[in-house]
Amino acid sequence: MPNSTNSPSNGPGSSEELPVLRMAGITKQFPGVLALQDVFLEVKCGEVLALIGENGAGKSTLMKILGGIHRPDAGEIFIDGKPVAIHSVDDSIRHGIALIHQELNVLDNLDIAGNVFLGREPVWGGPFRLIDRKRILSETQTYLDRLGLKAAGSTPLKSLSIAEQQMVEIAKALSLKARILIMDEPTSSLTLTETERLFQVVKELRADGVSIIYISHRLGEIQVLADRVVALRDGANAGALARDEISHDRMVKLMVGRDLSQFYEHGQGSAGPASLNVEGLRTRRYPDRSVSFELRRGEILGFSGLVGAGRTEVAEALFGVEPATDGVVTIADDPGISIRSPQQAVSRGIYLVPEDRRHCGLVVELSIRENISLPGLSRLSRLGIVNRSRERDVAVDACKSLSVKAPNVEVIASNLSGGNQQKVVLAKWLALNPRVIIFDEPTRGIDVGAKAEIYKLMRELADKGVGVMMISSDMEEILGVSDRVVVMHEGALMKVLERSECNEEAIMKLAVGRMDE
Amino acid sequence: MKKEIGIFILLVVLCAVVALKNPLFLSPTNLHNMAQLVGIYGIYSIGAGVVIITGGIDLSVGSFFALMGVVLAILLTEKHWSWPLAIIAVVGLGLAVGSLHGFLITRVGLQPFIVTLCGLLFYRGLARFIADDTTKGFGESVGFTQLKEFATGSLGDILERYMGSLCDIVRHYAKAHHISMLKEFPTGGLGGVPMPFILLVVISLLMWVALHRSVYGRYLFAVGRNEDAARYSGINTRRVTASAYVLCGALASVSGILLAFYTNSVSPSSHGNFYELYGIAAAVLGGCSLRGGEGSIIGILIGTALLQVLRNLVNLLGIPSSLDFAVTGAVILLGVIADQLMKQNAARRRKA
Repeated sequence: MPNSTNSPSNGPGSSEELPVLRMAGITKQFPGVLALQDVFLEVKCGEVLALIGENGAGKSTLMKILGGIHRPDAGEIFIDGKPVAIHSVDDSIRHGIALIHQELNVLDNLDIAGNVFLGREPVWGGPFRLIDRKRILSETQTYLDRLGLKAAGSTPLKSLSIAEQQMVEIAKALSLKARILIMDEPTSSLTLTETERLFQVVKELRADGVSIIYISHRLGEIQVLADRVVALRDGANAGALARDEISHDRMVKLMVGRDLSQFYEHGQGSAGPASLNVEGLRTRRYPDRSVSFELRRGEILGFSGLVGAGRTEVAEALFGVEPATDGVVTIADDPGISIRSPQQAVSRGIYLVPEDRRHCGLVVELSIRENISLPGLSRLSRLGIVNRSRERDVAVDACKSLSVKAPNVEVIASNLSGGNQQKVVLAKWLALNPRVIIFDEPTRGIDVGAKAEIYKLMRELADKGVGVMMISSDMEEILGVSDRVVVMHEGALMKVLERSECNEEAIMKLAVGRMDE
Repeated sequence: MKKEIGIFILLVVLCAVVALKNPLFLSPTNLHNMAQLVGIYGIYSIGAGVVIITGGIDLSVGSFFALMGVVLAILLTEKHWSWPLAIIAVVGLGLAVGSLHGFLITRVGLQPFIVTLCGLLFYRGLARFIADDTTKGFGESVGFTQLKEFATGSLGDILERYMGSLCDIVRHYAKAHHISMLKEFPTGGLGGVPMPFILLVVISLLMWVALHRSVYGRYLFAVGRNEDAARYSGINTRRVTASAYVLCGALASVSGILLAFYTNSVSPSSHGNFYELYGIAAAVLGGCSLRGGEGSIIGILIGTALLQVLRNLVNLLGIPSSLDFAVTGAVILLGVIADQLMKQNAARRRKA
């Protein structure tokens, strides 16, 4: 293996404290792409290092090399100054590295303890290898206590929230005596309070001397949490920021390589007739709470609140996935429309860009073309037979106008990046005639560049008179994009905040259910 | 098309081997008989395939054959219904059974395997009860000779019967112009193709358009791949899923009529035994994935033909007929393994 270390001077003899981890000259070639080129990364003992970069910048590949999933073509890895070879996940674990993936790797048919000790269950000994459950439970409990998770080791995983399941993964990492914890987008499906709790845990772990590599697209979090920022761009180091240099603009600049001017842009919201009016909407999950609001023409109405606040339920009621039990919905001059199924919503021009992009937004095994045409297929057909050239044209046009990055429209959707997948979901609806579009967590797991494009599209839609609702758990996004903000709490609409009243504190207060003033 | 090429090669190789070992394979009688069977099996295998494409399964087809065979025999020979009415009744029965399956699966939310497994037991029992557990035959057909001819005859017979004068004209023309090929029209050549095969060709063409060119077909594949995404795209996924079972029931009743006349008697306890599995096997061999969302009409047809050649091969090569199932099972297994290896190979090549 060629040693192409071009690192700054940090030889083994340096008097400074030895970094826990040093990766030098890491290069990885995939067919057709140079995923990593001569990347250098250093993590000190007990620090939170934020690793940032757009999708495809090489963050995941670098972490997978560390986790033993990929092998580098060139480069060296040092742990405590000693060169190590990481050829498998086992090697990685042996060196005290734990990788917590964005999609949690937990088995929800087991209990907490079963998950923590999966694959290395202590046994009583003897030929039957009976599991020593008592030991598992007691050991699990110590980790859970340390993480502040109030649950017994025998609690079935099914009954835990996503945040708690994530704590279980961290407990598992701790039980493996991990010293380097890699967290990939840990907050993408957490609520604000859960995020707070996670930050607390991260800080405690840091105080205990655990090093954390934290990957996130949410720059606000990084400002709060990180001791240092390392940015990757196109598979190479793009720069680093020390604690006091970390700012939103500098991070964006490092990731994108240029200033993204006007990342957020607010609209006016005209006084014209409302694009959508909802009166006394009740959902099955919250039968005794009713929700009423008005979506003004030309505005983006943000929906904030904790996960489980009932925002997705409102969206699903308006889209007919889980029809409302009561309430009157008016779009434009169409009073009292009934929406009992997505078909009805679609025929009325109400569209949903769902939270779960890969599962509900797209049929990822189908091509871009087939996905885009799916909802409007009957318009592209005659006597039930699809007009394939028209279908193709529509898809090509949509991809062009949304600048979907793909060689052609026959590419299978699963091969696209998150941002491009989201654009395809949008293209499905834009090819029809939207009157109201509901975005549920529109930029989750999407990189900065694509985010900016999606915000711009949302703004263009609003300007064209389409009613735009945006549900988001990303505070920065809510504040940056919405013209007004609806805050929900346990199924009830707390308040609609005007632009001038919107700030993080006001939203948080309402989101946790406080209604003073 | 690429997916079917492997199994198509397998079919051609098998045919060549059997033909070399035993020239009887290519004899008109054998080919005629095989074409007849491919027709009967192919029609309901398409139905089985459509259900599999939605991610479901229909296990009740074989028992349904017994039930409708018994009903058909009783209506024709004991109740003396006119044959068009009897056919409407039997196809109606197929539609009803399919609708019931569709209802239970999409509205009540039961699993297709369970629903159709219960169907498998229930229809068999019902058939035996209705028939008093005795074999029902069609005997010396009075009143439905045309139907019988249609179900078991050849293209030539039907043309001669219904378009005799046209055939005369063709023969005259052939004689006058010395076109030897058409002198015997419509017997010989294509005229010898059995009606079930002709029906299969017609149905396949219709189903090919429906599956691979129509909005309905696209919905079917989308629902089979990812029902949620299809629903979130405004597709009535329940209706699409249910329609697959209705279609399966309808195609099964067409096959069932042909089968009943092919065997010419229906013994309610054994008629159609295992047929649902032949249908599923043909669909799976032809590239339908049991996970749903994958499959093609051409594949199902090749799969059906392959199964028939296999059974024929056991006879012609002098393999003990007790090994019939074992040979079929082994070849299907080998086919699926080969397919899997090819897929893994392709995936590795894409990665490397």
